[in-house]
Amino acid sequence: MTTVQSITPPFWLLAELTYACPLHCAFCSNPVDFAQLSNELSTQQWVGVFEQARALGSVQLGFSGGEPLMRKDLDELVGEGHRLGYYTNLITSGIGLNEQRIKTLKDQGLDHIQLSFQDSTREINDFLSSTKTFDLKRRVADLIKANEFPMVLNCVIHRLNIDHIGTIIDMAVEIGAEFLELANTQYYGWAYLNRTALIPTREQLRHADDVVRQRREQHGDRIKIIFVIPDYFEGRPKRCMNGWASTFLSISPDGTALPCQAAKMLPGFDFPNVRDTSIQDIWYRNPAMNRYRGDSWMPEPCRSCPEKSVDLGGCRCQAFLLTGDSSATDPACNKSPDHHRVVSVVKAASEVQSKPLIFRSPENSRLQTIARS
Amino acid sequence: MSDRAPMIGYPNIQKMYRLQWEDVQQSYVLLFPEGMVKLNQSAGEILKRCTGKLSVIEIIADLESTFAVSNLADDVEGFLAYATQSGWLHWPEQ
Ligand code: SF4
Ligand code: SF4
Repeated sequence: MTTVQSITPPFWLLAELTYACPLHCAFCSNPVDFAQLSNELSTQQWVGVFEQARALGSVQLGFSGGEPLMRKDLDELVGEGHRLGYYTNLITSGIGLNEQRIKTLKDQGLDHIQLSFQDSTREINDFLSSTKTFDLKRRVADLIKANEFPMVLNCVIHRLNIDHIGTIIDMAVEIGAEFLELANTQYYGWAYLNRTALIPTREQLRHADDVVRQRREQHGDRIKIIFVIPDYFEGRPKRCMNGWASTFLSISPDGTALPCQAAKMLPGFDFPNVRDTSIQDIWYRNPAMNRYRGDSWMPEPCRSCPEKSVDLGGCRCQAFLLTGDSSATDPACNKSPDHHRVVSVVKAASEVQSKPLIFRSPENSRLQTIARS
Repeated sequence: MSDRAPMIGYPNIQKMYRLQWEDVQQSYVLLFPEGMVKLNQSAGEILKRCTGKLSVIEIIADLESTFAVSNLADDVEGFLAYATQSGWLHWPEQ
């Protein structure tokens, strides 16, 4: 049994302030319906969440969305976070960030801005192909540096852009990023449906790995590049979110508390809401949070596996998506009885190499051209 | 005692990092974008003195007098070297 004493505090609190976003990408992973918008937590409710989590020991506070800049009270929320002693992180596409706003955020005590490509299938490709997106990111990058924030650029990598990884790195250097996170696509939601079209092939990954190594040498100290090979290819799953409800607490715009944003899709879970439950009760006592803590929930082969403290049985969402059972061993592990499912996804990926994603919107035809080139 | 030259300068915490005391953890932590390093007591006491106002020699002297011990130079300099390598410290030009 997991006891309260053995539960570590939610060091990382992610506030998904809003699903509103100026981009309205065709394939947004967020539910962008307006019914949700009227259901957002108020300023006071957010501040209440920050106070409670801080008292439990949260130290990192992330503001994301949607586009968090769409919340008019973002500056105030950042200020409250800072006053409470959080290290405050803003995760933004940069749209809506102007000189005035960034100065206000700085004055309110914002510590860090992560400039992200929020929808990588479209935004990165725009970045690579249209000066408009590149100029936007550069303008925001300049603002970020002029205001003495560390300049962190994040992009999600998949089959359609992985062959351009060298160009992405060069462009990141050009806009002055000090850190570049090349993140793997997480295969849930829309990305899961399109996984055979999005998952890179082994050859692409090997090539990307070489390119990253070469660029690290070439650019030296100018940029720190973080690039991790997806676990589909490694025979061992990744430790997910540092363990289910071990470090990370995510609050949705409507107040739903989750151990990870993806967990929202898991059936049979009744995730608590900050409107009617205290953060303390949510974190330490809620059954959904306790469900995959420790190792007593583990099935075989994890239960008797010497590596169980390393990867904690992998990702619950990945397990659910590939096996239909969120309690199963993550099939990314080659000891899993379902590992063949991962093998066949990887194999299917290499077979559909030339098949581009079909986008509904006509303006995306350029993307397909890039994907093929 | 070692033969190497003593460290010289007035280190302070790199801009990106923030040192703070955490009641819940009963320790000093170093915070940086999306991350945290929990410091043991001596690391916390050393970094706390890296304000840019004290030289390495003064940091060592202050620690030795605060904790009533001597011969801390090697330990402190060793940790400062580690912290510098980790990117936590900034050494302003003299
Ligand atoms: S940028 Fe992100 S949040 Fe906004 S519409 Fe696109 S995918 Fe959705
Ligand atoms: S069997 Fe389970 S614990 Fe062992 S390596 Fe695989 S996923 Fe990890």
